[in-house]
Amino acid sequence: MPSTSELQQIASQVRRDIVRMVHAVQSGHPGGSLGCADYLTALYFQIMEHNPAGFTQEGKNEDLFVLSNGHISPVFYSVLARSGYFDVKELATFRKLNSRLQGHPTTHEGLPGVRIATGSLGQGLSVAAGMALAKKMDGDQHIVYVNMGDGELQEGQNWEAIMYAGHQKLSNLIVAVDYNKQQIDGNVIEIMSFDQLRNKFEAFNWNVLEMNGNDMQDILDTNVKAKALRAEGKPIVILMHTEMGAGVDFMMGSHEWHGIPPNDEQLARALNQLPETLGDY
Amino acid sequence: MQEIAILGSNDTRSGFGAGLLEAGQQNDNVVALCADLTGSLKMDAFKKAFPERFFQMGIAEANMMGVAAGLATAGKIPFTGTFANFSTGRVYDQIRQSIAYSGKNVKICASHAGVTLGEDGATHQILEDIGLMKMLPGMVVINPCDYNQTKAATIAIANYDGPCYLRFGRPKVPIFTAPDQVFEIGKAVTIYEGADVSIFCTGHLVWKSIQAAQALNEKGISAEVINIHTIKPLDEMAVLNSARKTGCVVSAEEHMYNGGLGDSIAQLLARNLPTPMEFVGVNDTFGESGTPDQLMAKYHLDVVDVVAAAEKAISRKK
Repeated sequence: MPSTSELQQIASQVRRDIVRMVHAVQSGHPGGSLGCADYLTALYFQIMEHNPAGFTQEGKNEDLFVLSNGHISPVFYSVLARSGYFDVKELATFRKLNSRLQGHPTTHEGLPGVRIATGSLGQGLSVAAGMALAKKMDGDQHIVYVNMGDGELQEGQNWEAIMYAGHQKLSNLIVAVDYNKQQIDGNVIEIMSFDQLRNKFEAFNWNVLEMNGNDMQDILDTNVKAKALRAEGKPIVILMHTEMGAGVDFMMGSHEWHGIPPNDEQLARALNQLPETLGDY
Repeated sequence: MQEIAILGSNDTRSGFGAGLLEAGQQNDNVVALCADLTGSLKMDAFKKAFPERFFQMGIAEANMMGVAAGLATAGKIPFTGTFANFSTGRVYDQIRQSIAYSGKNVKICASHAGVTLGEDGATHQILEDIGLMKMLPGMVVINPCDYNQTKAATIAIANYDGPCYLRFGRPKVPIFTAPDQVFEIGKAVTIYEGADVSIFCTGHLVWKSIQAAQALNEKGISAEVINIHTIKPLDEMAVLNSARKTGCVVSAEEHMYNGGLGDSIAQLLARNLPTPMEFVGVNDTFGESGTPDQLMAKYHLDVVDVVAAAEKAISRKK
């Protein structure tokens, strides 16, 4: 089990992968990917029980993960490769013709680690609820984890799923909302605000936690609390406060880097801030 | 001309309900989801027999499609149930991304298709669903003709690995196919062999086409009637062989011209065997309130319309 500082070092490499992938193809979404790099690193390198070498679609007797905001595929692909689902060299094919690493994650090309196509927003939580339901039917005690965007909560299907998971008491569902308060066109609060997010989830019979999604120790501690809360028989949401672009100073504090790639000079500046800990692909 | 025996009368949705129960008895992985229309979809028997495998989803069809995709990922065989309109157009992107593109083994079961839904009117009468579903890569599209065939089709899709759309209807219609039939996905069923015109029909229009062939026979016209219960994958050999034999064709369906069975047949013939063709279907218009019989007549989906289309197709033969 890696220590907190070891996880931080892995996250640094994941961030290097993200900016290098997006730079190489001059397209993709670095901002949200960087913001969620710590959480996905913690999930894949410590929190989840999973089986990279023996990947199956069904995923029986292991924890599952659904990336609902599929546009942050760079961070997903990086943690999958770095944790052993496929060779890290394949990260170089991201978004290129004939690649398994499509712009948004898909099962269609057979990439190990991906169980559902996402990208059209607001669908991942329903799919995860179905997976959680199946685990309950099968007496499988494992957990289904979800990462979703905050802007994504504007999609109505999420509220159907939130209502459903609360009604079904899907306590094996742990959802992290990437609460960076940014979306493509600007600040969430200006575009379509959803204040009292905690109250909203609680009203649908969920348990709510909050954490700093860019603080590895807080991520680990909050996850311990989340697992303990399962005993209360409700689905769990973690309002995960992150900084879009976290780890690269000039990408932070704005929605500008939601979906644009760095140029050569910006890549060099970014990489200077991110120690190469596991070796670049 | 051989008489086709009527074995009884029932709605095709009841055939679905009976097939679902049997599929559930055959395979523990079969699960059912319903969006607040359990009685309308005739899913009560399954719910009673397997309460732990039946999921009431409420009036939330988008979530239902996603949950079904998740259940399928975990190895279950989910059957979703709601009206055809809410099974397709309402949730198209959910089906497209979470089921079709993701290759999930979900069975989308759709009742009250077409104008025979009746008095509820056009808000509920979808006539575009076959087109919407057949355009999705990998989606199987099935529209059986009576109670027995719908029951057999329901059991068949449970044993097929991949996304399926099963379309059926509301009103009681004659039962004329065998109760013990084996349903072969993608295999057309020839009801009458004929020499002068081929009638390719699906769903409720199969019985209408049988009656049309009998009327044509009295006029000295020999019509071949082929039940295309599977619109996708289309039984191309059955269509081409019949069209080659008779030299002109009619398609008959309770659906828009655009996107329907006729559209699939026309594409096939245009590429391989250009043949005079007439269409029985709805031409780019919405339905309205009325009884099923009134609507089938008003929207030109009746026996007389199939007869007229056949005669016109024959007249276009060189």
